[in-house]
Amino acid sequence: MASKAQRVPLGLRLTTSLFIIVWLILAAFPFFWTLWGSFKVELDFFSIADWTNALFGPRTQETYGSPFTGAGYYGAWVQEDFWRAAINTFIVCFFVVCTSLTIGTLGGYALSRSGFRYTFWLLIIALIFRAMPPITLVAGYMLPFFEWNVWGILPTTIIVLVAINQPFTLWMLHSFFQNIPKELDESAKVDGCTQFQAFRHVIVPVMWPGVITTGLFSFLLAYNDFAVTSMLLSESNRTMIPEIAAFLGTTYTEGNVMFAVAAVVSATAPLFILVMFFQRQIVSGLTAGAVKG
Amino acid sequence: MKHRTFFWFFLPTGLAMLLFIAAPIVSVVIQSLFTPHEAVFRTVESCTPFTCVQETIIDQEATRALREEAPLGRFAGLDIYFDRGHLAVNEVALIWRASNTWAEFFNRLGNLPFYRAMAFTLTYTFTVTPLLIVLGLMIALAVNSLHRHLKGLVIFFSLLPMIVTPLIGSLILFWMIDSRGIIGSAIQWMANDPGLSLKASTGLTWIMLIVYGVWHSAPFAFVVFYAGLQTLPKDQLEAAQIDGATRWQQVRYVVIPHIMPLVTFVALIQLMDNFRVFEPIVGFNAEAHATSLSWIIFNDLGGETRQLSAAAATSVMTIIGVAILLSPVLVRTWRDFKGKH
Repeated sequence: MASKAQRVPLGLRLTTSLFIIVWLILAAFPFFWTLWGSFKVELDFFSIADWTNALFGPRTQETYGSPFTGAGYYGAWVQEDFWRAAINTFIVCFFVVCTSLTIGTLGGYALSRSGFRYTFWLLIIALIFRAMPPITLVAGYMLPFFEWNVWGILPTTIIVLVAINQPFTLWMLHSFFQNIPKELDESAKVDGCTQFQAFRHVIVPVMWPGVITTGLFSFLLAYNDFAVTSMLLSESNRTMIPEIAAFLGTTYTEGNVMFAVAAVVSATAPLFILVMFFQRQIVSGLTAGAVKG
Repeated sequence: MKHRTFFWFFLPTGLAMLLFIAAPIVSVVIQSLFTPHEAVFRTVESCTPFTCVQETIIDQEATRALREEAPLGRFAGLDIYFDRGHLAVNEVALIWRASNTWAEFFNRLGNLPFYRAMAFTLTYTFTVTPLLIVLGLMIALAVNSLHRHLKGLVIFFSLLPMIVTPLIGSLILFWMIDSRGIIGSAIQWMANDPGLSLKASTGLTWIMLIVYGVWHSAPFAFVVFYAGLQTLPKDQLEAAQIDGATRWQQVRYVVIPHIMPLVTFVALIQLMDNFRVFEPIVGFNAEAHATSLSWIIFNDLGGETRQLSAAAATSVMTIIGVAILLSPVLVRTWRDFKGKH
């Protein structure tokens, strides 16, 4: 029960509400504005005459007979083959998440169950690797990849992204496994299981919450990456984010900015859905490192 | 766990990190000490019936052979680090001698690419980080006082700026602040200056990038602080209330000390992350006014002429910068570890 002392005075409550509303507008309005504008023609979305044009779309009405048009989407997805980039993104994300979770789970589990001093140093090294900006590593990949003729293809990029992902995955899963009581797999080992069998039959069934949270962040890393994918993929293998960056170069000159706007909205949609369904996991993942450390 | 078992469990992830993080770092360091071969020139005499002319042409075959033989290029030592594109030692010395005041010195220093990038990177890192912590804390306090049905919704929308790809987020804002976009025209209207363009001035571009940086990272601080507020000791707050502490005093003397470790955590993480600022510069198309170390690397690597050595040298210097920012984190982790054992 809220006592009298805890009751919030009206003035303060108003200020807080106002502040929250302002923040919500700042955080969400740009996305809705762009979503709305992506169904307009360029002269409406970027209107010199009157900003309300972007809301009601008089020029879109003039051109297409309706205030909404899918022309930007048609241009991006069909004319400019954005679907290819979407498929590439899907392939990259899928394999990055699967591979990095598989090897990360094994490594994270081992780190949490081995009491030796070197586990600490391995974690420290992982922390240092986590801090490296990925772009600084790219100069090191270029020469060998050209020499071996593996530059530009998806598998190379997937392996690189998996490796860049590992330090973070290890830290997350390490702290997650530490919260699973050691007695569980110890008792399985007493019953005659090998370490791997104990892991397989005792730990795997209970590890999914942690693995899903970690997987979400692996997915975000692969999906949001720009520096590595734009440098390591050839033009025909580009994923969505470098493809959008490439659009910008060409569309400003051709006057097809709306293609890029439509592509941007298309690439944001999966993230929206992801946050909607996995909000709890994302929040817990973000705080996992912080509250403990 | 036995050493042997540990080894097999750790092998795949260890190998991935060794081959694709540790090895590239070594490779980058080596690469930065070499510079590409110059083309091999050959003098030939071409004669027309009347006169003979000495011509210097590129010996394609010999050049190719040389490049095949030593793909790294020729050894240059630390030359690349000191050249005009990086630390520019000679130029700095010249400027130092030629300038009379500090202002003049820094002004001219800002024309050298490395120092220009460094100036923006450091300004960005050290303004965005404190601002986002303050904003994140304010949002966390405000959301914490909300009704619990509203909290989920507010958290959902608050997460968006952080989750969305940096390049996409900056593009969305860039289109809005375009002089024909909604924020751009609103600012023109407020400043009563129809010619005002945020993109044209260096100062405004920097402010724009900093606003973007705070917008993008504040949700992270908010989520961490919000989680910290959930573990706030109720009895301490009540004791403060009984002692007649005002609301502000409660925040100042109970809440903030409680979440201080989290503030340190967010500050350290964000210092490192903001130091690598890169996507917003591409998204905002701002390279004419603001560049960062990461952007220089990206620029050197891209395009037709892939200047691997130049990019490698900048990479090494970026890594050194990150290492400096990382050292407090390492010291902290080391202390925690010592405390546990």
